[in-house]
Amino acid sequence: MTIFLVVMLYWYIVYLYRSEKKGEKDYEKLGKIALDDELDSTPVNTSDPLPTDNKEQNK
Amino acid sequence: MQSNAALEYDYSVAKLYTYTAILFGFVGMLIGTLIAAQLAFPELNYLFGEYGTFSRLRPLHTNVVIYGFTVSGIFATFYYAAQRVLKVSMAESKFIMFVGKLQFALYLIAATAMVVTELMGITQSKEYAQMEWPLDLLIVVIWVLWGVAMFGLIGIRREKALYISMWYFIACFLGVAMLYLFNNMAVPTYFTSGSLGSIMHSVSMYSGTNDALVQWWWGHNAVAFVFTVPIVGMIYYFLPKESGQAVYSYKLSLLSFWGLMFVYLWAGSHHLLWSTVPDWMQTMGSVFSVVLILPSWGSAINMLLTMKGEWNQLTENPLIKFMVLASTFYMLSTLEGPIQAIKSVNAIAHFTDWIPGHVHDGVLGWVAFMIMAGLFHMAPRMFKREIYSKKLVEAQFWIQTTAVVLYFTSMWIAGITQGMMWRAVDEYGNLMYSFIDTVTVLHPYYAIRALAGVLYVTGFAMFAYNMIKTMTSSRELSEEPQFRSPMA
Repeated sequence: MTIFLVVMLYWYIVYLYRSEKKGEKDYEKLGKIALDDELDSTPVNTSDPLPTDNKEQNK
Repeated sequence: MQSNAALEYDYSVAKLYTYTAILFGFVGMLIGTLIAAQLAFPELNYLFGEYGTFSRLRPLHTNVVIYGFTVSGIFATFYYAAQRVLKVSMAESKFIMFVGKLQFALYLIAATAMVVTELMGITQSKEYAQMEWPLDLLIVVIWVLWGVAMFGLIGIRREKALYISMWYFIACFLGVAMLYLFNNMAVPTYFTSGSLGSIMHSVSMYSGTNDALVQWWWGHNAVAFVFTVPIVGMIYYFLPKESGQAVYSYKLSLLSFWGLMFVYLWAGSHHLLWSTVPDWMQTMGSVFSVVLILPSWGSAINMLLTMKGEWNQLTENPLIKFMVLASTFYMLSTLEGPIQAIKSVNAIAHFTDWIPGHVHDGVLGWVAFMIMAGLFHMAPRMFKREIYSKKLVEAQFWIQTTAVVLYFTSMWIAGITQGMMWRAVDEYGNLMYSFIDTVTVLHPYYAIRALAGVLYVTGFAMFAYNMIKTMTSSRELSEEPQFRSPMA
């Protein structure tokens, strides 16, 4: 159980960094949700893939 | 869902829960102070007949501060922050608004009934689960309604990504739902003992060791999913918003979240060390308790690093002071807990006053500080008025910080003294002290704790006064503050 949890933990860390490096996600941008929380402000919404030009820049 | 430029966030449910948080907070802490004084001065047990005894008031104190104050604070901050991070107003759905208000009405009935029944001595006699089965059923309805409101808001959200605070609120909802149901499986004695039993008195469906295990699976996870998870959710929203600084590492917040979820559920058996539960289970409880330091400190350090380059705000803004100290007390109590869960340490600590000392540096320094800071932050936005008095907030901070330090230091000394005296043997192996010897020695520390209670409840009265004046007579604001909360 402990070994499984340790493997899961490291896998998740690798997953977080790899998905950012590949340009699939931008987790740090989500931190702005708390700051820019007006009803009429533009949603941060990075659950969608980044625009194509960003992906290319990150390659 | 309609797009409407004039639409605003609707705080009517958040306001209702703010009122109950203030009311129950004051009542619960006042009772706590009285029972702390009773331990130092036993004659105080006889002030109100059977209704004023320690045995009647102690469960009332824990239940009012947990299910009255803390849960009100969780609901108030949820109905405030969830709208904002999801970018959707309660006013956009009549159904969700109705559910929210119905939930509050039932909550008020349940909380009032809890106070009355426990004062009458009607109890399941299970720690943090004293309420009898009719109230348990009502609480299930209240919890389901919260889930409907929560997932209803999520369903109509504009912000597609769920902010980390929402994950914590969801975890609070799911964790409590599962554990509460399992632990409160009970049968009224009327059905098992006929005329000898009572419809208002029930016994657990589990027995012996199994009952103890289920009880502490719940008991410890009440700490996890009521005192930790939603409070972490609060700090992830209120500290960045009040300081204007985005969370230091969003990835660390995600990692800490899943770490906490995986580890916390396994740690409950540390309440049963040196008891009759299987040895492997005790060891598992110890190990997972120690591992728990990592995700807990992950969140706490993330919060402290969020203030990187902005530490000047600590001196300028008392709400930042409250939240930074809350985070620091979170670190302290999540280090202290695992230390107590080590079997050799627990041999001394178990059943001593070090345990309530540990609980209170967590609940007074972390939970209550965070809830009060959250409500202070919400007040100018909900009531469109500045906070009534900055000086009062500052004074409250120092009085309550002094109270927390007095509380836990006196209980550390008392607990370790107690543990050592209970174990002390002479050269022939006879116990050196009787129980009353420890009581005599501990009297000064109990008196210090009672003083700490007086100071803390005084600070809470200042908080209540400041909030009421903010709601009613403070200077009106022409526009909503973006980050720092305005105060006179």
